[in-house]
Amino acid sequence: MAYEIKSPIPGIFYRKPSPESDPFVEVGSAVETSTVICLIEVMKTFHEVRSGASGTIASIEVDDEEMVDAGQVIATLEPDDSGN
Amino acid sequence: MKKLLVANRGEIALRVIRAAEELGIPTVAVYSDADEQARHVSVATEAVHIGPAPAAQSYLNTDAILSAAKRSNADSLHPGYGFLSENADFARRCEAEGICFVGPSPSAISLMGDKAAARETAAAAGVPIVPGTLNGIESPSEAEDAARRIGFPLLIKAAAGGGGRGIRIANAMGELADQVVAAQTEARASFGDDTVYLEKFIDCARHVEVQIFGDGRQTVHLFERECSLQRRRQKLIEEALAPNLPPDVRCGLTAAAVALSDAVDYEGAGTVEFLFDPATNEFFFIEMNTRIQVEHPVTEFICGLDLVREQLRQAQGLPLSFSQSDVQPRGASIEMRINAEDPANNFMPSPGTISDFELPLGPGVRISTPVKAGSQVSPFYDSLIAKIIVWDVDRMAALSRARRAMRELCIKGVTTTASLISALLSTDEVNTGRYDTGFVERWLGAQEKGSDQ
Repeated sequence: MAYEIKSPIPGIFYRKPSPESDPFVEVGSAVETSTVICLIEVMKTFHEVRSGASGTIASIEVDDEEMVDAGQVIATLEPDDSGN
Repeated sequence: MKKLLVANRGEIALRVIRAAEELGIPTVAVYSDADEQARHVSVATEAVHIGPAPAAQSYLNTDAILSAAKRSNADSLHPGYGFLSENADFARRCEAEGICFVGPSPSAISLMGDKAAARETAAAAGVPIVPGTLNGIESPSEAEDAARRIGFPLLIKAAAGGGGRGIRIANAMGELADQVVAAQTEARASFGDDTVYLEKFIDCARHVEVQIFGDGRQTVHLFERECSLQRRRQKLIEEALAPNLPPDVRCGLTAAAVALSDAVDYEGAGTVEFLFDPATNEFFFIEMNTRIQVEHPVTEFICGLDLVREQLRQAQGLPLSFSQSDVQPRGASIEMRINAEDPANNFMPSPGTISDFELPLGPGVRISTPVKAGSQVSPFYDSLIAKIIVWDVDRMAALSRARRAMRELCIKGVTTTASLISALLSTDEVNTGRYDTGFVERWLGAQEKGSDQ
């Protein structure tokens, strides 16, 4: 089952660390538990959201610079099947 | 001044609108989608919608703001603090469009806004500066040469930075090059300019700043504010006067602030920030802020005057309503910033709906807040939801009043820094006035350690 990566806080979703950088991850990227997926800007501060599980990014659910709510799913990933 | 557009939001927009209304000047508020219900919109004479919630598309959108000024026939504009307040190009555009910008000249804004140029100007005016580089650093190897002379630890600062943003620390030569590159990248991303300079890091220093005001005829100082109670360079509590400041240091600081202001023909309200080393009684210029500051009320309380009213007078070409000899500080004033942040969770912002909002009242208490029960605290803007400012006849009485005010305060629905502010007001360091800019973080670290055991 796909694992959902949720935003812990409401704010503005950024896929890139800075405007001229590459996105943190793309669909198909392999990620570790601690891999940064995006930044959420809230009240003029930037918060990193980490994957929380290791696997492969299956989808990115929010467009860059869009508003997200707390608890909203921002990406899904196919977990590593090492547990099976 | 026939009509004033206030190019800001929140408590500072209200502060400016109130000052203008008291002078009989009609006001125009501007607002984003997120601020339709905001208090600054309802108290202004009229209001103009300027765009979507993100600040880049509204409060920082110069075209939208200038078009709002045109549409409403405003002949003057107050930028408040933050947003466009220290944007020299914007001030120039206002001038070109025939709109009076309430603030210093664009050239003074851009000179002081370039923090490296400001250091150079200060040094030339005979104002002591923190040992470091006089010009911007181009490359890591240039930084290493300078660092040999300055010593470690040192700070790498963005020339275009300010307000405590765009600063990195290097503790040893081994990490300098990486930190310089990181600081340049950050500065380019945040400020569109990757010039950085180096400054010696002065440990256990205090942040003391002098309020000045120039009207083109005279420059007066309004004494100092102590702003060392900060976390990650964001101020939490400020007071005036600075406690335990030797009188000769006070004389030196205020004279230096006036000398720098005169060197740039400064007009309007400004703040000259210094680091003060209590171990040696030396002080050093850090930067000048060319705007009204968040903590201006503590100066107003002890000096008994209205800085925003003076700004509006100065913008009309009127002289200051007082001279240096009229400024006699009286009593003590303390400002407590209440932010929608969770001190128990690494100061995570806490936007949401305020359910209960009980403010302190009574003698010597001044409140500046844009919210009430039922208000939304938006995730789009800064986290300041209320300033509580107290005054009393001396520092001990003011501290007691500050603690009393904090006991009366009750905010529910969003998590705030109120508990931290109350706890700090009860520490020995704050009560004896012996704290430096590292105190709050050391204290927080000790609390965390204590609760782990």
